[in-house]
Amino acid sequence: MADKIIKKSDLPTLVSRLLDHYRVYAPVRHQGMTNFEKISAADQVDLNHVKTTLPPKSLMLPQSESMFQFTLLKTGDQAGILREIEKDFSPRVIFAIRPCDAKSFQLLDLNFDTPSYRDPWWMGQRQSTTLVGLGCNQPCSTCFCTSVGGGPFSTDGLDLLLIDAGDEFAIQILTEKGKELLIKASVESEGSEATANAVLARQESSFQAIKSVVYTENLKRHDLKALFDGDFWDELHFACINCGVCTFVCPTCWCFDIQDEVHKGNGIRLRNWDSCMFPLFTMHGSGHNPRAQKLQRLRQRFMHKLKYFVDKYDRGVACVGCGRCVQQCPVNIDIRHVFNLMNDFGA
Amino acid sequence: MENPYLPYPVRIDSVITETEDRNLKTFKLVFLNSEDREKFIHRAGQFAELSIAGKGEIPIGIASSPTEQGYLLFTVNQVGVVTGALHQMEAGDTIGVRGPLGNWYPWERMEGKNVVIIGGGFAFTTLRASIIYMLHPKNRSRFGDITVIYGARTPGMLLYKDELAAWNERDDIRMHITVDAADDPDWKYNVGFVPTITQETAPSAKEAYAIICGPPIMIKFTLPILSELGFPPERIIMSLEMRMKCGIGMCGRCNIGTEYVCKDGPVFDLAHMSRLPNEY
Repeated sequence: MADKIIKKSDLPTLVSRLLDHYRVYAPVRHQGMTNFEKISAADQVDLNHVKTTLPPKSLMLPQSESMFQFTLLKTGDQAGILREIEKDFSPRVIFAIRPCDAKSFQLLDLNFDTPSYRDPWWMGQRQSTTLVGLGCNQPCSTCFCTSVGGGPFSTDGLDLLLIDAGDEFAIQILTEKGKELLIKASVESEGSEATANAVLARQESSFQAIKSVVYTENLKRHDLKALFDGDFWDELHFACINCGVCTFVCPTCWCFDIQDEVHKGNGIRLRNWDSCMFPLFTMHGSGHNPRAQKLQRLRQRFMHKLKYFVDKYDRGVACVGCGRCVQQCPVNIDIRHVFNLMNDFGA
Repeated sequence: MENPYLPYPVRIDSVITETEDRNLKTFKLVFLNSEDREKFIHRAGQFAELSIAGKGEIPIGIASSPTEQGYLLFTVNQVGVVTGALHQMEAGDTIGVRGPLGNWYPWERMEGKNVVIIGGGFAFTTLRASIIYMLHPKNRSRFGDITVIYGARTPGMLLYKDELAAWNERDDIRMHITVDAADDPDWKYNVGFVPTITQETAPSAKEAYAIICGPPIMIKFTLPILSELGFPPERIIMSLEMRMKCGIGMCGRCNIGTEYVCKDGPVFDLAHMSRLPNEY
């Protein structure tokens, strides 16, 4: 499917037009790593990567977000009172996001946009953003999105999807927001049958290139406590050094800490990414710690993603199959293996 | 859009040192803005985040009953950075309150039933809120017999001593106050651990709910006694503690299995608890 097309040589023009209307975030290569950054010129964009080293979650949930400000003065009408900090929620584009990363935002919506509470900063970032996806023609060996409800050209959560079709990008329009972006960027060329066929061929070959498969069909019906008490955790946790890199590179790990920082007469309350891999994460003021042991912390991470989340929301696992944790884990703990251990439990 | 992380500013109206070790103080808080006061409608059993600018936040059970209007009470044990700073504060200082948070004791289910309250140590705060709530003239007839078993290490470690004495004089609430040990020859209540006193006084399980809050060791030895007395797990109600930050089910740290203690709890019945991993 190709609603519109754009020549590859016209891509810089498109990005430049976007910069006239939006704050634009795109993959940028720095010191051997490609990550999402705010750009000011079209030539900064790097599309020659499979996926960014870090997921773009920091664009919705910054690693460190200031929440409130206050004075430390003990007198005056502002003493002890927290005030909101103005945020820039003007329209922005996240350009060339992979489908797996876009899907992660939908999963995190379940946590931050709830019937009882809505996280104001998450909502502000989500609502101000138009997501322009880039389909994956060359998935890597650790990708397993097709096993967890996604795919290299999945449109979940996206407003537009670009698909590399040789000399041009086919553009799939998915929402009104996406349509509006194309109008602002003056993209008018209609897709042709030839483009559509080129896209189909690439989709076919990309699907076939994904060799990693995990199984999830039994996760929901497994007894939670039996899985929790499974004997496989003992062997699985042995190599883990609780470094937390899996949580930092995971697009669906959202846990955060809240801290106050003060300097001279003023302070801010901020929230920072946190990790269930760290003992302090759950340590009570009394010193008691419900997850004092490494095994308990590793089990929490996988149980949360593959069982608690499944049971709580009935929207599948909290994993989009990006494979970053598989690539980054220093001791080669492989979530694909854990999927299958948990899914096959008791079999 | 309402920001659920923004505390309401409150003024410390008074500070009472509750215990002989001076480690527990009760803070009476008054809202600076009347519209905030009107928005803060809680049920006994809920908690709130107390916020001190520059120090952080702590989740604390609300010790005042919804029937006590115009102020909030929090009894705070000094244990860390925020509680330490709070203990240094005085009447007139401004702090923040965020809430009410979490669920509450199952007042709808307990209507018309007998209620047995079992507390130990400083985990008596939301139990105080519950007793005040049930004893209020407009509520007392909605509940059957009220029995309270409350213990502390020594007489000087009991919270709310004046109220305990006043309740002890009433005929519409049965009080069993106890301490682990007392060297006061005039001590007129019980000496013995809470589980022992529970066994001796044997509150009837007939048409009754038990609410139990206290240190883990007390809960561990009291639960089997309640079962022996015939309390089914659905009618044994507990309130849990966890390290918390957001208090609204978002920051991810206070879960027991699928449940966030801050949002899905802190109140759980024993039947629900038994379906969750033993990780608390």
